[in-house]
Amino acid sequence: MPRLAVPEPPDDLEPELRRSEPPPLPELSETEVLRHFARLSHRNYSIDDGLLPLGSCTMKYNPRVNEQLARLPGFAAIHPLQPEETVQGALALMRDLERFLVEISGMDAFTLVPAAGAHGELTGMLMIRRALLHRGDDRRVVLIPDSAHGTNPASAAFCGFTPEPIASDERGQVDLAALEARVPRGDVAAIMLTNPNTLGIFESDIARICELLHAHGGFVYADGANMNALLGISRPGDHGVDVLHLNLHKTFSTPHGGGGPGSGPVGVRGELVDFLPVPRVVEGEDGLLHLSTDFPRSIGRVAAFYGNFGVMVRAAAYILEMGPEGLRRAGEDAILAANYVRKGLEDVLELSYETPTLHEVVFSGRRLEKETGCRTLDLAKRLIDHGFHPPTIYFPLIVPGALMIEPTETESREELDAFVAAIRAVVEEAHRDPETVKGAPWTAPVRRLDEVKANRQLVLRWEPSAD
Amino acid sequence: MPRQEECLYTKEHEWVFRDGDEIVVGITDFAQGELGDIVYVDMGETGRQVNAGDALGDIESVKAVAQVYAPVAGEVTAINEDLADSPEKVNQDPFGEGWLVRMKPANPADLDALMDHEAYRKFLEEEGH
Repeated sequence: MPRLAVPEPPDDLEPELRRSEPPPLPELSETEVLRHFARLSHRNYSIDDGLLPLGSCTMKYNPRVNEQLARLPGFAAIHPLQPEETVQGALALMRDLERFLVEISGMDAFTLVPAAGAHGELTGMLMIRRALLHRGDDRRVVLIPDSAHGTNPASAAFCGFTPEPIASDERGQVDLAALEARVPRGDVAAIMLTNPNTLGIFESDIARICELLHAHGGFVYADGANMNALLGISRPGDHGVDVLHLNLHKTFSTPHGGGGPGSGPVGVRGELVDFLPVPRVVEGEDGLLHLSTDFPRSIGRVAAFYGNFGVMVRAAAYILEMGPEGLRRAGEDAILAANYVRKGLEDVLELSYETPTLHEVVFSGRRLEKETGCRTLDLAKRLIDHGFHPPTIYFPLIVPGALMIEPTETESREELDAFVAAIRAVVEEAHRDPETVKGAPWTAPVRRLDEVKANRQLVLRWEPSAD
Repeated sequence: MPRQEECLYTKEHEWVFRDGDEIVVGITDFAQGELGDIVYVDMGETGRQVNAGDALGDIESVKAVAQVYAPVAGEVTAINEDLADSPEKVNQDPFGEGWLVRMKPANPADLDALMDHEAYRKFLEEEGH
């Protein structure tokens, strides 16, 4: 056994401050612990069990070979404080991944440090704030479409900006006329835009939007949450965006949710490159790779070390395995799968917008509720009885009773057919026997959860029971 | 408790009831129904000056967080303290015990720009509800 890291209490500690007996930590046998976790795993539903169609989450398959590669001792057994000359391979992987992301996205340079998408947003918006201050410009307004992820206004506000909503038009895209009226007032620091947006619709005015912001001294932040739809097809850097975060745990197939930490690399173009966080991987005159903090305009560190390295290994492996053709095929198949589901359901569920969609599709539950009294929540819960994880519900907020489906490219046609058939069966049942739908789930390990109680009475800490 | 017919309304689904030289503000029955079960209400501090359209505070439901907007400019004179422990009152009684804030309008004539009950009813119909 290694020596205990917690020091023994000093000899002169007052007797009344010493424990008379060991702390009441929970104690269980190995068998009990093993069975506990095995039992939990049986109750769980994951991407290994079937389709996980959460919209905007891109729950694609996580190739097992990437897990093996990330466990190679040269990657898994290194330490952040190890001398640089002993981790050249790891640094080379980071440099290569940065280059891959630059090529895929059309941005000029990347940082791999941010640990998740929202952390990437924070990093990106801090760079915009710093770049504006560097110009002597203290403008504060950040425009955010009403279809955006809630993290966008939160990230902007964290950086001292004032988020201002911008409406979507009848196409489900940013209202260009409203933008053209608003931006020239000169106080807009940036727009934060997800493309394709959370309705799965490509913002076809993106080039004009970038021109407009740039003409009036503002920046364009692109939220890359839905980058899977554009892989190998279209590059945000070519659209003219200034900052882009990517989610390696979505687009680049690394595990997420309960399966592992995230990673939210941020790409920038032009003047913003100087403001990237440190450390950055640089090639020294000695021919070795180094982690450099020598970037005077940098916003500084945004994490203790260099981000979630194990996730970078998996993503780099994925990109190398797929290659340019494979990545494009992934993007195309993601779009195909979502439109296959759209086509399979559009006669029984109400589409939120008629505009063609890419990698995900959003239906409204409003008509179903009017006709049957069954809400989107009821439909989602009943899907559990059919063996499927429900899609994202009640988001985006601009769609009443939203049902947001993103199947990703890694599902077979048979799985998609079964999913479509399950939803059709629930809709049919809602008309025939609404009470069964409203009472669902009936076959899950637990019945309908009390979400109100869960939100109001937070129990965040284990405490020993009184006996 | 104000009768719905006596209230004025905004397009953001707030109701406004004139009470002497103050107004009482809440969200409509339609708005609470759209939000679903409300779990948290934060209307900020009293004594604040707000402009029309400024955020008065947030309402969080199991589905979403929604902002409540000031219907007119003025001073926030009181907030409904009961909602800290019983946010469900906004669902149960949106025009009564679920009221949100009291305000003193900077210019009472601003209230003329709001919809009356009949206009709000038509507005809801036009929006497809």
